[in-house]
Amino acid sequence: MTPTSTTASASSAAAGGFDDVTASESSLRRFLHGLPGVDQVGAEARAASLGTRSIKTTAKAYAIDLAIRMVDLTTLEGQDTPGKVRALASKAMRPDPADPSCPPAAAVCVYPDMVGVAKETLGSSGVNVAAVATAFPSGRAALDIKLADTRDAVEAGADEIDMVIDRGAFLSGRYLQVFEEIVAVREACGPAHLKVIFETGELQTYDNVRRASWLAMMAGGHFIKTSTGKVQPAATLPVTMIMLEAVRDFRAATGQMVGVKPAGGIRSSKDAIKYLVTVNEVAGPDWLDPDWFRFGASTLLNDLLMQRTKMTTGRYSGPDYFTLD
Amino acid sequence: MATKTTTPTGSARLDVRKTYKLYIGGAFPRSESGHSYVVNDAKGKFLANAALASRKDARDAVQAARKAFPGWSGRTAYNRAQIVYRIAEVMEDRRPQFVDAVRVSEGLNAARAGRVVDEAIDRLVWYAGWADKVTQVVGGANPVAGPFFNLSTPEPTGVVAVLAPQESSLLGLVSVVAPVIVTGNTAVVCSSADRPLPAVTFAEVLATSDVPGGVVNILTGTVGNTAPWLASHMDVNAIDLTGAAGDPEHAARLEEAAAENLKRVRRAPAAEPDWSLDPGTGRLTNFLEVKTVWHPVGL
Repeated sequence: MTPTSTTASASSAAAGGFDDVTASESSLRRFLHGLPGVDQVGAEARAASLGTRSIKTTAKAYAIDLAIRMVDLTTLEGQDTPGKVRALASKAMRPDPADPSCPPAAAVCVYPDMVGVAKETLGSSGVNVAAVATAFPSGRAALDIKLADTRDAVEAGADEIDMVIDRGAFLSGRYLQVFEEIVAVREACGPAHLKVIFETGELQTYDNVRRASWLAMMAGGHFIKTSTGKVQPAATLPVTMIMLEAVRDFRAATGQMVGVKPAGGIRSSKDAIKYLVTVNEVAGPDWLDPDWFRFGASTLLNDLLMQRTKMTTGRYSGPDYFTLD
Repeated sequence: MATKTTTPTGSARLDVRKTYKLYIGGAFPRSESGHSYVVNDAKGKFLANAALASRKDARDAVQAARKAFPGWSGRTAYNRAQIVYRIAEVMEDRRPQFVDAVRVSEGLNAARAGRVVDEAIDRLVWYAGWADKVTQVVGGANPVAGPFFNLSTPEPTGVVAVLAPQESSLLGLVSVVAPVIVTGNTAVVCSSADRPLPAVTFAEVLATSDVPGGVVNILTGTVGNTAPWLASHMDVNAIDLTGAAGDPEHAARLEEAAAENLKRVRRAPAAEPDWSLDPGTGRLTNFLEVKTVWHPVGL
């Protein structure tokens, strides 16, 4: 992924070819409501059928290692301490200390005030620091506060910013306000990559998920992300599939690739592999890379490690042999 | 086993055949593999098809047992006694079914099968009584050369895999399961391979006698399918090899696998013991860890 230059203006940061669409509230609404509707029953059946694929032996080993490399190891609790973040960062660099062949996770995802601690521990290990900003998780704050939150995280060294959209504005149809907010945050991100969180559990319909996906991609988001993890339901396979369809169609329309990150509720290796199958089948193998697909998770990593250990040693492992987090 | 009778309309009534399933986490699932196997009676006549547990069933059972452990071990010993006694009560209620199952499985006559069931129920009551007494017998205050109270208490070791006896399908089963759970462990039990039906009925009793789901999980099928995975499983804390009696090579392989995470192992006897004898406290104390606390004496 090529980071945009810090001098990029808001309008040029947004994807090209949509200037007339995003010119006014009414043209934007016409475009978003003109997107084909999602067949709910069909989407759920398709996602369920993708979840039945059997991935075994070498393919499973590959999928587990890939999934580990895609994990954004996340801790977003009020009770987070520097010690906890340091422990998590160490784990992201060496998920399985007993096995040097185990790949590192993609990033550590923390609140902005913990970015410094995480960065200090991770150093130049190649593991990124992601920070949730813009009044996470509700997104209910004035724009200048959200922008200050974002700049603060970037200054502290965050490589990736996870912003939340204003669901209230989106659901009441003020799409242009949401669009301009994403553009402004993208500008405030500077060199950092921007992930746009929709909180699909609050968007009510699959049609809205598709609209939000296009809105965020047109506004220049590098990644679109399902949820904060604070609202149920969080990531589901059908929702992720619809977002993958959106990034696929967006590339077909503009040539630009956007990443997808399901977050929350993915706890087992089996689930993770279902998502990878869906990525491959819906978006294509180009997205099977930590630069283009991530898992927002904390407990998932331990299950992946246990499965990995089972595959290398031939015996079932237990939670006693991995860190609590 | 059911015979054809006629309905009020005169047509022959169809048999309602029972599906014999596994018992995992308080539910009765079929085997994950979808496999079943033929169970014959002692004379070799077809009895039923029972679920053939696979390694993944064993894995699920361990997960269920691990999940149930904090709750079960956290209960008071008195409460565990009540629940184990309750198992005996419910078994008594279903006595005819157990007598029948033991009779056809072990080839005993009705009178002897009845005595076996009585002994099994009595054994449960006996072990239930131990729940709140084992601490006093095994633990205690230790005299030490210093100004300390020094107290030892036994605690459950965790998840215990139990290979139940192959011959004694009910009395043997109860005699190996009761001592494991009464002290607060949770169990994954591989029933007798050729005589699994009393174990399935026992599972139905467990499900209806206040035993929390996952405390006892019962897998039917050949021991070779599940035992090696349980023996090597890193999240199993102990294994009882009683069911491998008379097969020292198999038992040795399981012991080797169990050594990987230093499981407590109750070794396989040379031959299956006589279960009608006084069991003693050996099985109760096998799966305990002693915790010793030093507490300063106030000056």
